[in-house]
Amino acid sequence: MNAAAVVHWSEGGQQVVSDATGVFGLTWLLIALPLLGAVVLLLGGRRTNSFGPLLATALVGVAFLLGLVQFLQMVGEPAADRSFAQSLFTWAPIGDFSVDVGFQLDPLSMAFVLLVTFVGGLVHVYSLGYMANDPDRRRFFGYLNLFVASMLLLVLASNYVLVYVGWEGVGLASYLLIGFWNAKAEYATAAKKAFVMNRVGDIGMSLAIMLMVTTFGTTAFSGVFSGVEQASSGVVLAMGLLLLLAATGKSAQLPLQAWLGDAMAGPTPVSALIHAATMVTAGVYLIVRSNPIFDLSDGARLAVVLVGVLTLLFGAFVGTAKDDIKKALAASTMSQIGYMILAAGLGPAGYAFAIFHLLTHGFFKAGLFLGAGSVMHGMDDEVNMRRYGGLRKAMPITFITFFVGYLAIIGIPPFAGFFSKDKIIEAALADNVWLGVAAILGAGITAFYMSRVVFMTFFGEQRWADDVHPHESPRSMTVPMVLLGIGSVVLGYVLYSGSRIVLWLEPVVGPEEEHELGIPVLAITAIIIAVTLVGVAIAYSMYLRKPVPVQAPLGTVVTRAARQDFYQDAFNESVFMRPGQYLTRFLVFFDNRVIDGFVNGSAALIGGGSARLRRWQTGFVRSYALSMLAGAVLVVGVLVLVRL
Amino acid sequence: MIELLAATPQTSTGEAVAFWCLAPIAVGAAVMILLSRKAVHSALWMATTMIVLAVLFIMQGGIFLGVVQVVVYTGAVMMLFLFVLMLVGVDASDSFVETLRAQRVAGILLGAGFGVLLMAAVSRATFPEAVGVGAANDAAGGHVEAIAEAIFTRYVFTFEVVSIVLITAAVGAMALTHKERLTPRRPQPEQSVDRIRSAHPTPHPSPGVYAQHNAVDTPALLPDGTASEASVPDELRRQGTVRYTELEAANRRADEDGERE
Amino acid sequence: MNPENYLYLSSILFVIGAVGVLVRRNAIVVFMCIELMLNASNLAFVSFARLNGNIDGQVVAFFVMVVAAAEVVIGLAIIVTIFRTRRSASVDDPNLLKL
Repeated sequence: MNAAAVVHWSEGGQQVVSDATGVFGLTWLLIALPLLGAVVLLLGGRRTNSFGPLLATALVGVAFLLGLVQFLQMVGEPAADRSFAQSLFTWAPIGDFSVDVGFQLDPLSMAFVLLVTFVGGLVHVYSLGYMANDPDRRRFFGYLNLFVASMLLLVLASNYVLVYVGWEGVGLASYLLIGFWNAKAEYATAAKKAFVMNRVGDIGMSLAIMLMVTTFGTTAFSGVFSGVEQASSGVVLAMGLLLLLAATGKSAQLPLQAWLGDAMAGPTPVSALIHAATMVTAGVYLIVRSNPIFDLSDGARLAVVLVGVLTLLFGAFVGTAKDDIKKALAASTMSQIGYMILAAGLGPAGYAFAIFHLLTHGFFKAGLFLGAGSVMHGMDDEVNMRRYGGLRKAMPITFITFFVGYLAIIGIPPFAGFFSKDKIIEAALADNVWLGVAAILGAGITAFYMSRVVFMTFFGEQRWADDVHPHESPRSMTVPMVLLGIGSVVLGYVLYSGSRIVLWLEPVVGPEEEHELGIPVLAITAIIIAVTLVGVAIAYSMYLRKPVPVQAPLGTVVTRAARQDFYQDAFNESVFMRPGQYLTRFLVFFDNRVIDGFVNGSAALIGGGSARLRRWQTGFVRSYALSMLAGAVLVVGVLVLVRL
Repeated sequence: MIELLAATPQTSTGEAVAFWCLAPIAVGAAVMILLSRKAVHSALWMATTMIVLAVLFIMQGGIFLGVVQVVVYTGAVMMLFLFVLMLVGVDASDSFVETLRAQRVAGILLGAGFGVLLMAAVSRATFPEAVGVGAANDAAGGHVEAIAEAIFTRYVFTFEVVSIVLITAAVGAMALTHKERLTPRRPQPEQSVDRIRSAHPTPHPSPGVYAQHNAVDTPALLPDGTASEASVPDELRRQGTVRYTELEAANRRADEDGERE
Repeated sequence: MNPENYLYLSSILFVIGAVGVLVRRNAIVVFMCIELMLNASNLAFVSFARLNGNIDGQVVAFFVMVVAAAEVVIGLAIIVTIFRTRRSASVDDPNLLKL
């Protein structure tokens, strides 16, 4: 076990990391439980078909209860003593360098543990109903458990190498779940696309880890964060940018955003858990966790802010044009994570709010996705919103929970999204007026496209296909939606009142920086709400007052571009894929002709020479005797001549 | 005279005469080894060369060696050669058509060149005055004693090694010529039973009986004047070296022609 | 007469033996030629013994004879074995060493 270490965090204060004892000593169990489920379900084969899904759900539930106990215990500790380290064993001792399998449980990871196990547990329950008729149910739950275990490892690891293990684990689980229905070629392709784009980001992560090893000789959080102040600014900037690259890959931010839309090929519970609530927020976690690095580099923070603000607008615009309900929500996810990244890039002023928005978003977006899944469940897997309409009567529970999530995401007080988004916009305004304006604009567009989703789905006339009979989903699906809906309502205020979330995270990210605003906070809030209402009003006039055509109208140039995700795939193909192909073709040509030519040429030379020399090998003893005599003549001749 | 020769340090006129008589014989016989078509003739020329060499050894004081040469080489080794020749087929004469391209020309040219080089080396070397082995013989108390002393003292290790080589060679020759029985040996009772049951319970006729020649390769003649195949060894028939009477040979040719037609 | 003449004779016999090995195809004759080469070298050894006035040359010649005898035994055994299987005593026939 590691001795207690005093770690100098950013100037905000000190964090005392003490050995994990008591209930905190069971931290490893948080990961082990879902991992056990994954192992049993994936290796157990068909024998576990009957009880596998229930076992998986139960294990995640137990993990949540354990996390809850730990949380309550942690609340009882004084604020400065809320970090606990647990080192299981030394994984890779290499000379002076070693990697431990160790965990760090502090307020930040605690928040993630609760989010992951709670939302994960609800999604498990939901999946019991949603996947009830899927023959491969067991495999699905095995993957889900694998994901939960990896995600917990990611947020609990006490060094970057272990974070990387979890990072790759969630990537793998994401790949497996996107391609869960891999009999469809396009789904398998979508999974591959997500995997490959994630790899691009992972290169950033691995390079950052290598940079840490060469600079600090360790990858442990404590070692890296205490050494970072001595490192040169260039190294810190490079580290920050590499970590940002990793974050953009996992969190679907520009320029690695293209995979998220296609990732909706996976079953909807997966979209809710992995591609909305938890995994895609890993990038935000990484940046907030690495706050000592980003605190020291203005350049890296600027890059983070730019990525965040560009993605939040990009996602919002794309969201306005999508007719596929899941893709619209995916674009919204992208945009909302853009908010979080933006907040994380603002430094100490924004870390806490990034996590705040992450938590509330985890609830309301998971609720929205589960609602979308419920709608699809009732509509025979129809995803085109132009085929919906007037569903609020057919599925009232789904409608209410969805509507609550909708109010939360567009930031209507007192729903959860209002508090978190409001704080981010304020922080952005305090940092730079244009950032703030962009964030407010994003809020307006969010209101527009989310209203569009709700109006097209639940209001207006019925545009269902003839053989569709919408019905409310079973209890196992509605209960998780209701729980998440309740969270969407109350979580914002609970965390906001008395600055609970800020104080909670203070040991990790330092105290919130007071920011000076030129105008009163209330005025800003009023402006935001006004812009939001304008967005709602525009959506109302476009999609509720006028009938929605079943066939999508051609639309303007911008609409068409947004439908195509602003040609992100074409851009990637022409800028990266084609030149890469030409490069590999050239390399293959070079390899075949020049390198192989050289090798083959020398081989042919030797082979040809040998074929000629082989003629000497007649097999006749007398020929060999002749050669021997010739050799003897030569030797004797040389001897005689030398003596002369 | 032998004593005299052995002790002579310088060549005497008698030795010169003997050398010039014997050397051409040795060279001529050696050349004849190459030129004889039949291996048996080569062997005889070989024996000639060896005897001449034995004499030359003796002329130079190698009396023991000369005797060994006659006994071991001419007596044992050459007889072994002849023995194997008989086994392989004494009548077979070799074709002198060279099958390997340029082998003969290259061989003769290289050989000649080698000879020229050797003789050039000999002619250029400076030799001491020939002292003869007489003094060495006297020191040991006699020629054979001198050789014995050398072999069993200075060269005893070599001698032992050479003995091992000889024994190994003997064992090796046995191992090489040994033939595994492929079928179990038939016991004598069975052989007798088979023989009585066969068409020939009596012994086969002897070869050469009632034939023009009296030799194993000449089959016996049956009362009707035809040759008895059973009277010559199978091996000879296989080699095709059976000698028939003229009448029988003509009959056989006629039979073969008839078969061909 | 000069005792070096023995050495010239030895050289001539050796060369004849060598050429014989190269041009004759009958394995037994080839063997005889090898014996001839050995004998020629023996003659040179005996001559050296006489020129230098010690007995060692003759002893070496004696050993050569013994080794030659051993070699003949083995060589002839090989020839017999080959003849038994291939019905030929030509050194050109066993050319399986060729590819």
